[in-house]
Amino acid sequence: MTDMIQARGLVKRYKEVEALSGLDLTVPEGKVLGLLGPNGAGKTTAVRCLATLLVPDEGSATIAGVDVLKDPQGVRRKIGLSGQYAAVDEHLTGFENLTMVGRLYGFDKATARARARTLLERFDLSDAGDRPSKTYSGGMRRRLDLAGALVAEPPVLILDEPTTGLDVRSRQQMWDVIKELVGGGSTLLLTTQYLEEADRLADDIVVIDHGRAIARGTADELKAQTGGERVEVVLRDVARMDDVLRAFSSVAIGDVQVDDRTATAAVSGGASALRSVLTDLESEGIEVLDIGLRRPTLDDVFLSLTGRATETDAAGQSDSPATEVSS
Amino acid sequence: MTDQSTQPTGTTAPPAPTRGAAAHAISDGWVVAQRNLIKIKRVPEVLVFVLISPIMFVLLFAYVFGAAIDVPGDVDYTEFLIGGIFAQTVVFGATFTGAGLAEDMQKGIIDRFRSLPMSRAAVLVGRTTSDVVYNVLSLIIMALTGLLVGWRVREGVVDMFAGFLLLLLFAYAISWVMALVGLLVPSVEVINNASFIVIMPLTFVSNAFVPQESFDGVLRTIVDWNPVSTLTQACRELFGNVGPGLGEQSAWPMQNPVIYTLGWIALILVVFVPLSVRQYGRATSK
Repeated sequence: MTDMIQARGLVKRYKEVEALSGLDLTVPEGKVLGLLGPNGAGKTTAVRCLATLLVPDEGSATIAGVDVLKDPQGVRRKIGLSGQYAAVDEHLTGFENLTMVGRLYGFDKATARARARTLLERFDLSDAGDRPSKTYSGGMRRRLDLAGALVAEPPVLILDEPTTGLDVRSRQQMWDVIKELVGGGSTLLLTTQYLEEADRLADDIVVIDHGRAIARGTADELKAQTGGERVEVVLRDVARMDDVLRAFSSVAIGDVQVDDRTATAAVSGGASALRSVLTDLESEGIEVLDIGLRRPTLDDVFLSLTGRATETDAAGQSDSPATEVSS
Repeated sequence: MTDQSTQPTGTTAPPAPTRGAAAHAISDGWVVAQRNLIKIKRVPEVLVFVLISPIMFVLLFAYVFGAAIDVPGDVDYTEFLIGGIFAQTVVFGATFTGAGLAEDMQKGIIDRFRSLPMSRAAVLVGRTTSDVVYNVLSLIIMALTGLLVGWRVREGVVDMFAGFLLLLLFAYAISWVMALVGLLVPSVEVINNASFIVIMPLTFVSNAFVPQESFDGVLRTIVDWNPVSTLTQACRELFGNVGPGLGEQSAWPMQNPVIYTLGWIALILVVFVPLSVRQYGRATSK
C-alpha cells in the first residue's frame, strides 16, 4: 500500500509563534487520518502547507507522490480541499459555483455542467441548486463546499474542520457524507477539534498540540495508552457500597472511586474482571442498576496527554478565521 | 448522467494542461470574470452607486465650480471639465478591483482558487477584466450626463473612441496597482481608505479640474508630469475640448500626452502585473 500523504518535519513560523514545530504525517492509500487538536494547535497551518497554500519554512511533503514544494501545480491536480469556512461564492448559485470550479479544473463547459448537476444531486442540493448560495443554511454551504472539493474526483481529500460550527443534525449529515466518500476508497486527511468526530471517521489519529504530534495511533490504541478499562457499578442501595468494595478487591488495580451510588475501579483482564465482580455481587444478593466495562473516551486521552481539557464545543469560534495563526 | 461519474475512480480526471501559460491565464481569467459579472446581475445596487457618483461629480463641478474657475482660451469650463472627470472617475474606479480582491480574501474563496490547478494569474486577470465593464458603463453614463450639461465632441468619431480607449487602458493599468493593494490589506474597509490617500492627490494635483497654468513652481512640474494630467490632456485633445490657448505647453508630456500616457500604462503593467501575481501566490485568507 502506498502512502498518499507524506509529510516530514514540517515547520512554519509566524512572527511570534511557531505554528508547526516539526510535524510528521503519513496517510496510506484509502485511509482516513484524523488530525486532532484544540484551536491554535497548528491543524489549519498543516493543512495549508499540504494544500500548497502556504510554503513551510522547513520540511518536505508529498501528495500522491508529487512534491508539494517542487510541483505545487501537480499537487493541486491531486487534491480536493474543503476548508473551515465554506469557500463558496454567495452570489453564485450552487450550480454556478460547481460549474466554475469544474471549468477551473480544465473541464469543458458541458462536462463541468454535467458534473455540477451530479454532485448537487449526490449532496442533496438539487432543489437548491439554482438559488444563490447565500440563501443556503450553514450545513448546505458546507456540503456545497465539499462538493467543490470533489469536482475532479481527486485521489486525496483534505477536509479542514468540516463540521465546526454546524448544528448536531447537519454534523450527522456531514459525517454520513464523509463516511460514504471513505467507503468509495478516497484517502482523507481530516482535521477536527471534536474527539467524537475523529473516533467515528478516522482509521488513525494524530493528536497535535503546539505544532507537534503528541500522540498517534488508532482510537483504541490511544485510549489504551491513557489507562485501561474500568469496571463501573451503579447500585440501587447505597448502604451496600461496602459489599461492592469487597467484590472489587480481588480485581481492582489501585483505589476504587466512589461517587454517590457509583463505584469505579481500573481493572486488568476486562471481561473476566467484569464477570468476577458480577458473580460476587449476585452471590451477595446486591441489586445493581447498571454494571459495565468502561473504556476511556478521547476526551480522557487528550486530558492525560496535555493536562488540559479539549474544547468540546467550539461552535462559537467558527467566525474567527485567524485564530489558528494568531493565537 | 451516468453512475460512473459518481465513483471516485478518476473517470472524470481533469484533462492534462495542453495550453501555454498566457492562454491558460486568459481562459481561466474569463471564467473568473464571468463569476464577477454574475455578481453585478445579482447585486445591481452596487452598480447603481458606481454610476451615481460620476453623475454627481459632473453636476457638482459643472455648476458649483463652473463659474469660479477660469480656463484659458476659448473653451467653456464644462467642456474643459469632462475630460478631467473621465480621468478621475476611471482612476477612482480601480478601487473596486482592490475591494473585490480584499473581499475574496476575507471570504476564503481565494483559498479555493489557490488550491485549484488553475493559472496563477487568472483571479487577477478575471478581476481586472470584469472591472473594465464597470468602467465602460460609467464612461457611458458620464458621457451622456456631459452631453446634457453642454459637453460636445468636436473631433472625429475615431479620435473620440481613441480617447475612450486610452481611458480604459489607463484604468486597466491602475486596476493592477489596486489589485496589489487589495491583496496586501487586511480588509475591504482598509482598501477604501488606502486608495483614497493615493488617488485623491493623484487626481487633484493634476489638470483634471483646474488648468495647469494655475499651478506654480514644483507643483506645476508635478502636474505637468502626472499621468492623470496627460490622460486628461489627451482626452481633451481627442475630444476637441482645447482652445488655442491650451495648446502651447512647455513640458514634453503635455505636448505628447497620448504617447506619454501610453508609456505610463506600459510601465505600470510591466511592474504591477508580476508583483500582483507574486503576491497572489503568497496570499492567504485572513
